[in-house]
Amino acid sequence: MAPWKPDPTFYPSPRMAMQAPPETLAYVAAFNPKKDGRPDAIAVIDLAPGSPTYGALVGKVEMPKTGDELHHFGWNACSSALCPYAPHPHVERRYLVVPGLRSSRIHILDTKPDPRRPQIVKVIEPGEVFERARYSRFHTIHCGPEGIYISALGSPEGTAPGGVFLLDHFSFDVLGQWEVERGPQSLAYDFWWHLGHDTMVTSEWGTPNMIEDGLNPDLLLNSQYGRHLHFWDLRRRRHQQAIDLGAEHQLVLELRAAHDPTKAYGFVNVVVSLKDLSSSIWLWHRRNGNWGARRIIEIPAEPADPDQLPPLLKGFKAVPPLVTDINLSLDDRLLYVSCWGTGELRAYDVSDLENPKLTGSVRLGGIVRRASHPKKPDEPLNGGPQMVEVSRDGRRVYFTNSLYYAWDEQFYPDGVRSWMAKVDVSPSGGLTLDPYFFVEFGDYRSHQVRLEGGDCSSDSFCFP
Amino acid sequence: MKLVDPWLVIMGLGAYHGLNPAMGWLFAVALGLQERSRRAVFAAIPPIALGHAISIGIVVGLLWLAREAMPERLVRCGAALILLSFGLYRLIRSRHPAWVGMRVGFRDLTLWSFLMATAHGAGLMLVPVLIGWGRTGDSTAHRHLHGLHLEHPSLIPAASSGGSVRWLLAAALHSLAYLLVAFIIALLVYEKAGLAILRRVWINLDLIWTFALLASAILVLFI
Repeated sequence: MAPWKPDPTFYPSPRMAMQAPPETLAYVAAFNPKKDGRPDAIAVIDLAPGSPTYGALVGKVEMPKTGDELHHFGWNACSSALCPYAPHPHVERRYLVVPGLRSSRIHILDTKPDPRRPQIVKVIEPGEVFERARYSRFHTIHCGPEGIYISALGSPEGTAPGGVFLLDHFSFDVLGQWEVERGPQSLAYDFWWHLGHDTMVTSEWGTPNMIEDGLNPDLLLNSQYGRHLHFWDLRRRRHQQAIDLGAEHQLVLELRAAHDPTKAYGFVNVVVSLKDLSSSIWLWHRRNGNWGARRIIEIPAEPADPDQLPPLLKGFKAVPPLVTDINLSLDDRLLYVSCWGTGELRAYDVSDLENPKLTGSVRLGGIVRRASHPKKPDEPLNGGPQMVEVSRDGRRVYFTNSLYYAWDEQFYPDGVRSWMAKVDVSPSGGLTLDPYFFVEFGDYRSHQVRLEGGDCSSDSFCFP
Repeated sequence: MKLVDPWLVIMGLGAYHGLNPAMGWLFAVALGLQERSRRAVFAAIPPIALGHAISIGIVVGLLWLAREAMPERLVRCGAALILLSFGLYRLIRSRHPAWVGMRVGFRDLTLWSFLMATAHGAGLMLVPVLIGWGRTGDSTAHRHLHGLHLEHPSLIPAASSGGSVRWLLAAALHSLAYLLVAFIIALLVYEKAGLAILRRVWINLDLIWTFALLASAILVLFI
């Protein structure tokens, strides 16, 4: 039977969610890059300051089979359950929906009986989604008004189109493809929405066949990877508008729509420009009923000695920033930008959309720099800030350093040794590494972080 | 013998439906906040009340038809069965209608409210109150009417003949009570209370609702 009161982690508006109590646990996707018969896991990290196990692994759930490549995951329910047109506030945010990006197997983990030891309560085998939704390689999970929305990179054969499909948020049954009319959309990656404007936004990476053996330089130089943004009618599930960011811009990835549902804008990162290896952040916004996008932040490549560069980059004599993840605080004020190549986490104040201001930066890892963490000052680190997650109150930011197995090997050929770090954020947006928080994952690689009770990329709101 | 005035029950149920955030007032508040305008709150309430009234009206109309066409015992048993199965269904599967969309006009809101009220079985809750009302011109109608303790029977012109107007009035008064309560709450929350109260006071009305439906099933048989 359903509970009597709404789940206490649901908040009507993002501003109210910022008053939420600080998180005490993080769930982190940890995949095993070795083919040694050990499965991937969801790691549980203690985040409670003052706890004797602060910053340590306190639990681990192993997946039932090997070779999943756990990557992104999400909650079964969130504040969107309070949306006025289909409210169901007495469901609970308790299940983690954890797909294997390579295996297309979806695991449902129950965090309620013991948050430190979640239990796998259901496994959706790949064939079930192949049959019912004709999609494979599942990526982003969002809890939405109609159920659980999941994006997929391609078809079961590894080709286009990728898209979005739905899971029932009570039974976790596969409900089928979300799109009614996809228009010109063919590549897929991330998606999010403006609930107040009935709009879904989707981005483009590449089909499974284009990415699973590594970043293909031929495809890249011919602008074959994603370069579009797509806007959809969330209600009628129809494609409305595509925006081509231009042939030089490749890999349009993480979508961070303004959390305030009355605002019709958001941010997306482009990993690489073919012109100069720079990365960029684009603002999409609506004006007079049409969507537009423009570049608001450009992060240049840093010159480097070819001897220090992996084969893929030697010819360029520069290390690209490779902005591969961004995240936006709940008040839509600070945008965090992960430069996985140069090993830097940046914060920008984006309250003035015309003039984003760099407010903070920390260096960790990096293809050339190999910056170390204050907890282990003598240990050069590889990988760089990648998946970044922001606490609901906006005061703490957690990040991990692995991107995607096949691509890790190209940019960090010595093998990414995985870690997770944390920065504290000052009111003005300054960043300071927490010298006591440094988690190492042994021979597992960590990817997305989800915070207990919700975070800045897994909650959506219907009220301003 | 009636313990409570049925008209009060009919309006009380209207107020109860109006109280439920899932039935409309919260949508009105959301539209007001989205548009940053109190007028949007005002504009949303009439179509929401209309949709609710249509849903209620259909149930009341069907019940009236059934009472006209079939023996009372059969109608009671049928109604009890419907209420019981609907209540049990909602107990086992507490679903909500899948609706997505904040950009809504008058027609959308009316349809939305109709779907919400119907899916929650709002009209079914009136069945125990109305089922005792007799057929048109039936002598039992007079008997029941005298048991109503109406203070102003003249308010209900056709009631003395047990006419269909009384049924219509039941749906109308229910909807009016619904409209008033939804309107007042929407305005209070929009202007004063704020949405934070949702986290504290939004008890699981659906669950109470389900028990009310199950209780109605029993009432229909024994009242």
